[in-house]
Amino acid sequence: MKLSKLFVFLIIAVCLVFPASVFAKPITINWWHAMRSARGEVVKNMINEFNASQSEYEVVGTNKGNYDETMNAGVAAFRAKKQPHLLQVFEVGTQTMMLSGAIYPVFELMKDAGIDVDWSRYLQAVLSYYMNADGNLMSMPFNSSTPIMYYNADMFKKAGIAPLSKSEPITWDELGEITKKLVEAKIAPTGMVTAWQSWTQIENYSAIHNIAFASKANGYEGLDCQLLINNPQVVKHITRLKSWADDNRFMYGGQKYQGPKSEFMAQNAAFYIDSISGIAKLKKGVKDFKWDAAPLPVEAGTKKLQNSIIGGASLWVLTGHSKEEYKGVAAFLRFLAGNEMQEYWHKETGYFPITIDAYESLKSKGYYKTDPLQEVGISQLNRAIPTKISRGLRLGYFVQIRNIINEELELVWSGKKSPQEALDNAAARSNIQLRTFEKTYE
Amino acid sequence: MIKRSFFKSKYLPYLLIFPQILVTLTFFYWPAVQGLAQSFFLSDPFGRQSKFVWFYNYIELFTDPLYLKSIFTTFAFSLAVAAVSLSLGLFIASMANRALRAKALVRTMLIWPYAVAPAISGIMWLFLLHPSYGIVALGIKEWIGVDWNPVLYGSDAMVMIVMASAWKQISYNFVFFMAGMQAIPKSLIEAAAIDGASPFKRFWFITFPLLSPTFFFLTVMNIIYSFFETFGIIHTVTQGGPGGSTNILVYKVYQDGFVGLNLGSSAAQSVVLMSLIIVITFLQFRFLEKKVQYGG
Repeated sequence: MKLSKLFVFLIIAVCLVFPASVFAKPITINWWHAMRSARGEVVKNMINEFNASQSEYEVVGTNKGNYDETMNAGVAAFRAKKQPHLLQVFEVGTQTMMLSGAIYPVFELMKDAGIDVDWSRYLQAVLSYYMNADGNLMSMPFNSSTPIMYYNADMFKKAGIAPLSKSEPITWDELGEITKKLVEAKIAPTGMVTAWQSWTQIENYSAIHNIAFASKANGYEGLDCQLLINNPQVVKHITRLKSWADDNRFMYGGQKYQGPKSEFMAQNAAFYIDSISGIAKLKKGVKDFKWDAAPLPVEAGTKKLQNSIIGGASLWVLTGHSKEEYKGVAAFLRFLAGNEMQEYWHKETGYFPITIDAYESLKSKGYYKTDPLQEVGISQLNRAIPTKISRGLRLGYFVQIRNIINEELELVWSGKKSPQEALDNAAARSNIQLRTFEKTYE
Repeated sequence: MIKRSFFKSKYLPYLLIFPQILVTLTFFYWPAVQGLAQSFFLSDPFGRQSKFVWFYNYIELFTDPLYLKSIFTTFAFSLAVAAVSLSLGLFIASMANRALRAKALVRTMLIWPYAVAPAISGIMWLFLLHPSYGIVALGIKEWIGVDWNPVLYGSDAMVMIVMASAWKQISYNFVFFMAGMQAIPKSLIEAAAIDGASPFKRFWFITFPLLSPTFFFLTVMNIIYSFFETFGIIHTVTQGGPGGSTNILVYKVYQDGFVGLNLGSSAAQSVVLMSLIIVITFLQFRFLEKKVQYGG
């Protein structure tokens, strides 16, 4: 009897001493993402780190499938008023998200939560892809990559060609000479393959040479933009690739990365252009030859080379939640942007660290000395301050536009259309998509 | 004399069919009506902007030469799939029907491909016919000397998806033809044999006419199969490419609606697709069925 009285007394005492909040359930923050397998594990670890670092909030991460499925899950949930706090959306969905009226812009979220962020300490070419026309950040960059060029170092050795620089790009003409040499000497069956042809050969080609992809500053400054990819420079580039296709210096391996990657891994091609996320894949898959990486080739005589542009996805904060919850979202986003998480993310997945601090911290630790491949993409991305044209693309129905470009390019490679015809047609067809998009939001 | 039961209550039949009507209304009519309504709107995916635009989505579709091409591609594709799978299914069934030994074993083995999911069937054919690592493709290039490349050439890609789609459906057709043949009285065929009809004549004048209900049913099923269920094959093998040459209607609905989030256009395409199927089925019943003999 006495013992139980003492027990009750103790409980009351404990409750009085500690404020109620200690026992309150933490506020749940839902994050729907598209990261699976190895990347999914990394995301899980980051969430666990955050949850262990404080007790006020609990982030719950849920994989909703691939990018399309995740975006559709977000849309359906929003319509049913059951949306998560954070939604990961791929870069081509940026315009749709920005105009959706369903988002809480990240710069406002941080301001309202009283978190002062020095955005100038972020990689500008990454941020600029997700900024509005006024330079305010709309969504938090999460996984960002850029294309680089891989090559078969054994073939180089056999042909007596010196390895390429990891920071200074070669020109397209030089690439043409090297591939000619390799193909003619029968060292390589074909010269180069490329993954994601629209992204690497048109979008990035245009950004690096500061050529407008679309009017209105690539769509940043208005929905009434037009595609400009049928300009002389891009037509010339595609014409060159087509002439290479005719003498085996270029081989078309499919729209995505799987086909081209397997051609490179089977040593059917000496060069392979793909995202930096290819580093991890090649490290895992290539056992029987040495390979290396270099920046994307450029045009000879370009006065000022611009940054390449990114691909990947960002995190959007959705509306319809309470102030306390948004405080937690802001705290989580700040935690993710911290050096520790960014270094971990970069090392494990190969995606860019989004802050200059994380990059410099890794540099000072000698990470890029031991793994120089990882720096190729970053230095290409950071080689210039983004211009209005190289900061990114902001187009409605971008998925459809990329499909159109893919289709028309395929007709070039199979010889059914001339490059000029195909690019004119791609622009005209894309403009119809852009007008429908504009009409939807006017 | 067939025994019939009569129920006194007027309401009982309604009560009995009520669950079925409920299911049909919720899962068939409601989405169909919603799709029809959506096709007259331009709306953003989040549903915050919605504008009634009359027939804008339809006009855009039918003034797009690529959409008309996609309709043509779909018809060419489904006719090819139906022709290949029906003729091979019938051929194999008539052969298997004659086999005396191991009949059961042959039948079981031939039914297996039907159990394979379309996506898997697509991947398997891709492994055989991919220009770089496909064993059969390497053989075609080596021995026949054809520049086989379905990654680059639209016609090659079409041949590949027709094969992958028809292969799966052959088993399905085989099962029905086999069952149909076994229902044909042996005496008819034997009588014809005694009269001196050759095996081909026996097939053409006796077996085939008696199989016509099965044939008719399978034609409808195969067309519907190639219109809709081949999605998995297209998705894994060609994604509608190269150059849009295998972009059949149902794949375009998915591309524009689910991936591209253009709900209005996608809904309009679904309505067109639905109408096409209704028209085709109606025509089949109207004209083809007249030639079908149901009675034995």
